Amino acid sequence: MNKKLLALAAGLCLTSTVQAETPSLEQLWQLVKDQQAEIEALKSQIKDNDIKTEATISAVEQFTVTPVKTSKTKIGGYGEVHYNNLENDNATGTIDAVDFHRFVMFTGHQFTDNIRFFSELELEHSIAGEGKAGEIELEQAYIEWDATENLSAKAGLFLMPVGILNETHEPETFYGTERNNVEKNIIPATWWEAGGAVSGELLQGLSFDVAAHSGLYIAEGKYKPRDGRQKVGKAKADNMAFTGRLKYTAIPGLELAASVQYQADVRQGEGASIDGTLFETHVAWQADDFQLRALYAQWEFDEVLNATKAGASEQNGFYIEPSYRLSENFGLFARYSHWDNTAGAQVDSKISQIDLGVNYWLHRNVVFKFDYQNQDAPNGNGYDGINMGVGYSF
Amino acid sequence: MHNSSLKALSIVGALLIASLFSPAVLSKGVYQSGPEFIAQTFAPQQPQAKALWLTPEIRQRAESILDRQVPGLRVRYHILDNKSAWILEEIGKEMPITIGVVVTDHKITEVKILAYRESRGGEVRYPAYTAQYRGASLQSNNRLDQSIDGITGATLSVWAVNKVAGLALYYHSQVVEQAVATN
Repeated sequence: MNKKLLALAAGLCLTSTVQAETPSLEQLWQLVKDQQAEIEALKSQIKDNDIKTEATISAVEQFTVTPVKTSKTKIGGYGEVHYNNLENDNATGTIDAVDFHRFVMFTGHQFTDNIRFFSELELEHSIAGEGKAGEIELEQAYIEWDATENLSAKAGLFLMPVGILNETHEPETFYGTERNNVEKNIIPATWWEAGGAVSGELLQGLSFDVAAHSGLYIAEGKYKPRDGRQKVGKAKADNMAFTGRLKYTAIPGLELAASVQYQADVRQGEGASIDGTLFETHVAWQADDFQLRALYAQWEFDEVLNATKAGASEQNGFYIEPSYRLSENFGLFARYSHWDNTAGAQVDSKISQIDLGVNYWLHRNVVFKFDYQNQDAPNGNGYDGINMGVGYSF
Repeated sequence: MHNSSLKALSIVGALLIASLFSPAVLSKGVYQSGPEFIAQTFAPQQPQAKALWLTPEIRQRAESILDRQVPGLRVRYHILDNKSAWILEEIGKEMPITIGVVVTDHKITEVKILAYRESRGGEVRYPAYTAQYRGASLQSNNRLDQSIDGITGATLSVWAVNKVAGLALYYHSQVVEQAVATN
């Protein structure tokens, strides 16, 4: 009996314990509400943390991450070393020389987003001074101002907007160790003057340049435009010159351009006046790995110049240069050039040249060059042989 | 004065006059804002901006593509399904070019120059030029698998656009990789 009573008491105790541990519906509802509030609080805390994290990262980025930006003052440069081994056709002259042809430093400064300065200082042939092979030349130094979003003006000393190489001549941008003879002897590249210029875009892909600037001074006894470059060193300025260029670049890979220049007197007031007009046109076309460059340039001077050199009133030349990029690093080219600084003469005075060669780009800004030239000139004075070089820019 | 000289002077004078009356062709400036580019890319939908964290591995490859240091902790982008849009900047010659790139299924579907600040080389903004990037993907050597015809005298601007196109393709691949890993 006692055992039964004991068992009953234990059973009642257990039931009452279980009943005490089971929450009521109201208690359960309260529990859910409490937990929900806690979840909301945690979510809010996470959101707050996200906001704080974002603010912290943004603050860190503000101090450590500059947008892509460079210093307002920049330097750059390019250079090229050449080796020439040439002999003329009648074996009376040879060129066997190594030459640090050009060592150039660029300095530029961006005053504001629309006003900048740019300069190019060049040491030619490694050593300069009286009786030395080279010279130090200031080839560019100008202030450029973007007057509007489609019109820029510049003043100072700048490269003439003529030809392919005159404005863009870093060694890795062209084929051949030496710059081509047509632009060198007819235009004459590299050519800079002092003055003012305006550039802009007439239509999409059609741009123009107009410039008024100092001109050539072809002294008595001289007749080649190249001899007339004054390089803006106490240059005679009796007569200014005017240059205009139209350039079409709307199609990717294609550049078509034409330039004209007029100078009322290339003798700069000395003796009989000689006016001169330069016309130049070119195409540069790249389609995949194939590239073609072709250029024609001519000077027409007053016939008074013929008294200095027969036929010098007309000077002209052209070249055509197909090339093929075999790989990212390796390209082949061929060039046929023809130029004549006395094209108005009755006698044949033209010089023609065939170049064949390779460029090897060790880096896209570092190039090794090797080429063979075969030149035909009057009186067997054309030089044949090899040229090689290395060039860089940065 | 020769007839040719008169012609030369006439041409130079005509160019000067034309410059004064030329229509407002925007050769430099901001062509489209970033938000407009994103809205246009995903219209009518508008995905939230996300961020790709630049882990050491991602940063290393990005620096290899750009050939310079990549600052920052993360890169913002927008993504919807398999299409992502990136707004990135790279220096042309002296000034940053802001470029929008849309990548779909690891191929470029659009390159758009949003802002151009250089005084030369602005031809990269022409639709005829940027259309060349459509369909391009990134090779393991960090180059695009399509040939891009350049612009004479604007090599640096062309290189800048090429680099940004490659970088957007790489970033897109990382976003896709991370999404696969998460799922």
